[in-house]
Amino acid sequence: MIDIHDVSLKLEGAPILKGVSAKIPPTGITAIIGPNGAGKSTLLHAMAGLLPLSSGQISISDHNIHRLSPMRRATYISLLTQREAVSVRLTVYDLLMFGRWPHHRGRPKEVDRQAIAEAAEIFDLKPLFSRRLDTLSGGQRQRAFVAMSYVQNTPYMLLDEPLAALDPRYAVDIMKRLSSLSDPQKQDRGVVIVLHDLAMAIRYADYCVALKEGKTAFEGVADEALTEERLTDLYDTAFTIVEVKGKRVISTD
Amino acid sequence: MARYALPSLFIVNLILCGLFLFWALPQPAGFILSLRGTKLFALLLVGAATGMATVIFQTITQNRLLTPGIVGFDALFVLIQTLLVLFLGGAAVAQLPSHLVFLVEAVFLLGAALALFGIVLRKGAHDILRLVLTGVICGVLLRGLAGFAQRVMEPSEFAVVQQAMFASFNAVPMGQLIFSTLILGLTAAACWALASQLDLASLGRTKATSLGLRYDRLVFIALALVSLLVAVSTALVGPIIFLGLLAASLAHAITKSHRHAVLLPAAAFIGASILVVGQFIFERLLGLQSTLAVIIEFFGGLLFLMLVLRRRENDRYS
Repeated sequence: MIDIHDVSLKLEGAPILKGVSAKIPPTGITAIIGPNGAGKSTLLHAMAGLLPLSSGQISISDHNIHRLSPMRRATYISLLTQREAVSVRLTVYDLLMFGRWPHHRGRPKEVDRQAIAEAAEIFDLKPLFSRRLDTLSGGQRQRAFVAMSYVQNTPYMLLDEPLAALDPRYAVDIMKRLSSLSDPQKQDRGVVIVLHDLAMAIRYADYCVALKEGKTAFEGVADEALTEERLTDLYDTAFTIVEVKGKRVISTD
Repeated sequence: MARYALPSLFIVNLILCGLFLFWALPQPAGFILSLRGTKLFALLLVGAATGMATVIFQTITQNRLLTPGIVGFDALFVLIQTLLVLFLGGAAVAQLPSHLVFLVEAVFLLGAALALFGIVLRKGAHDILRLVLTGVICGVLLRGLAGFAQRVMEPSEFAVVQQAMFASFNAVPMGQLIFSTLILGLTAAACWALASQLDLASLGRTKATSLGLRYDRLVFIALALVSLLVAVSTALVGPIIFLGLLAASLAHAITKSHRHAVLLPAAAFIGASILVVGQFIFERLLGLQSTLAVIIEFFGGLLFLMLVLRRRENDRYS
């Protein structure tokens, strides 16, 4: 479990998080939702231990994340940031090998190559191994970066807006893969994902944390927490949720 | 291609060294050879130090346009040297053992470089244009300050500084060469040990930290190594601004690798080769009618302009 306890945080003097608390379950997909500027990305970076807190505490499996060395932290948590850009010319294979860094520390071994081969199966990247990142399409690139997070083999994967600028086909594809990777029945892995697309959140999230103006608006099991009234309140926009073919579907008015 | 890059660079370097030593060898051969040998040794040292320093510097600043020379690392070294003479007096500095002076200067350079570039480069690191401009302006400022200090000096003191600054390739004392080799060897070993961490650092601060790198510590160590390497080469021959840019750009282009275990030796071989070729042209073909620096700055400057213009185009399409 990731226990976020009364976390406040300032960026260059401006308060971004003002007492956020949440308990994120150890398996399944947890969606962090909320309007622009609510502090979702900031919370995610804080959870990865990359931003110092002004007060409060974030613990992962009972370890205070800010007290761990970067090396140990990298074995608990992986982070995929928004608009991931790499300035060096890397192939997909190189990128995945970087994902294994916490395990090989610069000296790749057989087990790392196996882990990468396995990830390539799961994310369908085998044919792209020797392609350079700047020659890939947006969807392929994003898949490669998610796979890079996956090979880090951490109990928690944090993903900031992995679906931004993706066609529905690729977005659904990535959500399905994440969903099977964090399946509470079979897997021992939690995926925490910042989402703007509420349809995706309703369709795939198991748990949900909603932020508004730097505070927790609500949290809970997704099916119960994501209701018309709450979402309408959260975004100051009227929403309708209806059931179509046994699935909940959201629409603006 | 990429796999053979290092061995081929090494062989090219060897051939150039052979040419430099044995081309049109007059009598007495032994004496001339020892003269040329010393010069060659200095050229190789400086080329290798500058090449490696630039690759490391570009990795930690995440910028292929910056070099320690462009942001004024070597100007900082000259300034420190000048101030030392200005405050201690030329006679005192001349009497101190030159290794001690070098060490003191290197330590000062390290401190000043960390203070200056640590702050400047970190704060604006996301804005490439601002970073380049700040660096260039810093360089000009430091050069200006050093020039000013040299102007207000007594001429005899200035001569001491000048001698230290422009000990050109023709007159490098053997003792200083051996000392520099030692330092270069140690630094190269440290670079080698850090190579895989530098690979990771090239992904950027956030990514590298989340993959378990102590990023700030690495930047600190890397800046320290760069300071030492720059101090070695500047103390030997004085500033050559664009040499590092040439060496690093060619190393990236030829090896097409992101691995510093390949990039660093490649840049060292290329830097050394450029200097040997440059000195060869200047000495044997131009008949000493110019200076080596002019040749290298000319081609280096052209490359710099090319890189700036091409970068603009890339930005537009991305």
